[in-house]
Amino acid sequence: MSNIIDLKLVELVDKIKKKELSSTEVTIAFIERSKKSKKLNAYISENYENAIKKAKIFDQKPDFKKKLPGIPIAVKDLFCTKNIRTTAGSKILENFVPTYESTVTQNILDEGGIIIGKLNCDEFAMGSSNETSYFGNVQNPVSENLVPGGSSGGSSSALAAKLTPATIGTDTGGSIRQPASFTGTVGLKPTYGSCSRYGIVAFASSLDQAGPMTHDVKDCSLMLEIISNYDTKDSTSVEFKRENYLNNLNDNIKGKKIGIPKEYRVDGMPKEIDELWEKGIKIIRENGGQIVEISLPNTNYALPTYYIVAPAEASSNLSRYDGVKYGFRSKGENLIDMYEKTRSEGFGDEVKRRIMIGTYVLSSGYYDAYYLKAQKVRRLIKNDFDEAYKKVDAILTPSTPSSAFKIGEKLNDPVSMYLNDIFTVPINLAGLPAISIPAGHDKKGYPLGLQVIGKAFDEQSILNIAFALEKNISFKNNITDWWIK
Amino acid sequence: MSKNNGEYLIIRNDNKYEVIIGLEVHAQVLSKSKLFSTSSTKFGSEPNTQVSLVDAAFPGMLPVINEHCIKQAVKTGIGLKANINKRSIFDRKNYFYADLPQGYQISQYKNPIVGEGSIILDMPNGEKNIGIERLHLEQDAGKSIHDIDPQNTLVDLNRSGVALMEIVSKPDLRSLDEVNAYIKKLRSIMRYLGTCDGNMQEGSLRADVNVSVRKKGDKKLGTRCEIKNVNSIKFMQMAIDFEANRQVDVIEEGGFIDQETRLFDTKKNETRSMRSKEDAHDYRYFPDPDLLPLELNDNYIDQIKKDIPELPDEKKKRFIEKFKLSPYEANILVSDIEISKYFEEVSKNSDVKLATNWITGELFALLNEKNIEITESPISSKNLSELINLIKDGTISGKIAKSVFEIMKDGDKDPISIVEEKGLKQQSDPKELENLINKVITENPKNVEAYKSGKDKLFGFFVGQVMKNSNGKANPKLVNEILKKKLS
Repeated sequence: MSNIIDLKLVELVDKIKKKELSSTEVTIAFIERSKKSKKLNAYISENYENAIKKAKIFDQKPDFKKKLPGIPIAVKDLFCTKNIRTTAGSKILENFVPTYESTVTQNILDEGGIIIGKLNCDEFAMGSSNETSYFGNVQNPVSENLVPGGSSGGSSSALAAKLTPATIGTDTGGSIRQPASFTGTVGLKPTYGSCSRYGIVAFASSLDQAGPMTHDVKDCSLMLEIISNYDTKDSTSVEFKRENYLNNLNDNIKGKKIGIPKEYRVDGMPKEIDELWEKGIKIIRENGGQIVEISLPNTNYALPTYYIVAPAEASSNLSRYDGVKYGFRSKGENLIDMYEKTRSEGFGDEVKRRIMIGTYVLSSGYYDAYYLKAQKVRRLIKNDFDEAYKKVDAILTPSTPSSAFKIGEKLNDPVSMYLNDIFTVPINLAGLPAISIPAGHDKKGYPLGLQVIGKAFDEQSILNIAFALEKNISFKNNITDWWIK
Repeated sequence: MSKNNGEYLIIRNDNKYEVIIGLEVHAQVLSKSKLFSTSSTKFGSEPNTQVSLVDAAFPGMLPVINEHCIKQAVKTGIGLKANINKRSIFDRKNYFYADLPQGYQISQYKNPIVGEGSIILDMPNGEKNIGIERLHLEQDAGKSIHDIDPQNTLVDLNRSGVALMEIVSKPDLRSLDEVNAYIKKLRSIMRYLGTCDGNMQEGSLRADVNVSVRKKGDKKLGTRCEIKNVNSIKFMQMAIDFEANRQVDVIEEGGFIDQETRLFDTKKNETRSMRSKEDAHDYRYFPDPDLLPLELNDNYIDQIKKDIPELPDEKKKRFIEKFKLSPYEANILVSDIEISKYFEEVSKNSDVKLATNWITGELFALLNEKNIEITESPISSKNLSELINLIKDGTISGKIAKSVFEIMKDGDKDPISIVEEKGLKQQSDPKELENLINKVITENPKNVEAYKSGKDKLFGFFVGQVMKNSNGKANPKLVNEILKKKLS
């Protein structure tokens, strides 16, 4: 039998159901590997002892009807977890232990999942390299000193390094898909309103979505099935028929019309990204899919629009971290002084930068020129997709304009960092579902991803297309366990 | 100051100034739970016992609209004869304060749930229409307490997230009396609708007062000042009076009014500058992305319209037509829904005229004296109705009725039993009365002689003597009749 940690999520579930493996064995296997992998710095908080206890309890009275029967899972530290510290990667929540459970993690628990730890991420999910975390950089298991992407960098690193069989991240502008692309894993951002935001530390409420990160498309379908539900505790949650994504998974894409947006051929895009895209197009054609050239004319405005809308919402969402009720508090001469010291010391530079941008674009005299204008452009971007979907079933693009970069390489150049999200951001603005799957390597041997964008609430179609691509690409991640040896 | 013809003018150096007043009333929505959470809104509980994770703004917590509060706002809008906006938007009003856990208040800014409406005031010289600009829903903040701990400010979040309706009037009010009438009428409408209990002591009704002055005859409005958070009609009037006079003084000295926010100091009876327009907060309003725009359909609004009870203006009209009451009487009886209910219960089974007089006379005096509401009246509507019937059918006189009423005050006793127990039944037997009268005539021969020689005024003396001898029980009408005959 192969190593437990090398098994895919669906295989683990199968083996536990067949009693070939116990939850305890599986849980211990991932925990042992996690313990050996501290160098990756993927975890912020570990829940090992408790998880093993839970696994033993599961094994005493196993319920094999569950979709995640005693499966250990580490999650991004943006999900509030009852009695497990939740930091959002920030000093200001360094010692915050929620008394409540986010809906998404509750769904995992309800299906028999066991939380083994909380994974590192950019502070308040603001970043594309996991370098803004108060708890330090995360290593990409692909190569030493390479960023794992962000903001769900701890998640992508832990998944690629097999510290957890699957994980969940959140995606506001690409925070699931870009790290998935950087680590050779699968990441899906569901349609806005699919997964409840209840109990997720908010970054930009109108863009935030939780989603699965897995080794392959099958695992991704299973995870999506588990975490997606209608939730009355989130007013933006949408009631629609959620499929049995895994059961319905199907690689037949005959007759499917796949759009190729010309605006995504950006200047200075590396040749290998272009070749990767062509490879995807070729596979679609070979499998009976139809390639349609489309135009998304407002693509160029997506990034500036995003960097107005997201900071605006963030500046308001982060006001609650004021030292009054919970979290870090610095001593002050008076209330204002306490606020200033608490927030100056409690937040990192990137968070402060975005709070300032957000505060600026909402201020009187600037609101119309920035925030209101951005909302109008956002509507245009959505209209672009609506128009395109009159002609196509889904859209294929690269996930990122480049492969993973070195730690520190872009830290002092925020604009270059922001450009990383150029292919992912428009999808959040339009509220659509999109999946990134590993599709090849660049010259350096770093993974590259392709993105399939779907119609709203049509996650099944993009899973199917991704499934077909995956079969034909047969990607292999060359991870050498360098951090253990 | 002059109040001639109901006008409220400030006179300085022969200049007459008109005072322009607009009110922003914050009325607490009558609701068991808060606007966006399920916490209780009960008044007077231990600090921080009615606080949910949403109210305390814990990470990842999201607001969910309490449908009941929406219904209450729509009801109030209908009561104010206002447009109900089928699409309204909740915005975030951003500012930092210790008792504002989210760092923003969820309110409605550009798209309120209720648009323009009006309120009719009954002033001594006729009706006056006051325009309503808008009504919107918003969250209340918590309470900062500065005087318990000498070193620290304490925060109570029980009120945090409680639903408020902010009802903004147009600058149509012109006097302290109108302010009084406006608040009372607004309160009355909301109590009829059951949308706000109007309890000012518990802070269910507070107002920000906008005041400006202009020379009488000027068309242009003067610069206004806003006096924040005044919590009684008396304080509103004191604050307006002080502020209007202050503004006139400034203008008379050649100065200009700065648009600013002021506070009313109830102890010193003065308003003080809190912040100028330049220092005004930039609240950075924007639509709350956690809440979708609120969409109401016609069916929903029509359904609520069907459940709207008869409101004071309509009730007044009906009372005048059906019961032939004077507008003055009708006004008093409809001013409060509980009074009108009491009146209708009493008048259902007894004489309307007597019911009106007894309620507005004896009963109101009693309520005033005890400082209680009509719902706490020691005399039930049923017993008052019986008392009135005893007067009407001649069982007791009006005077005896007053002493029966005195007994009823102490523990709602039924007047029929009181009359029987105390033997207060009116003496109406002509023979018995004749005996009493004969006795008085025999005992007062000199007065009889004087009366017969033209001293008509002495008639009252004889009546009085007869009543006295009967312990007040003699039927005064019959005594009059018999006496007239005997003395002629």
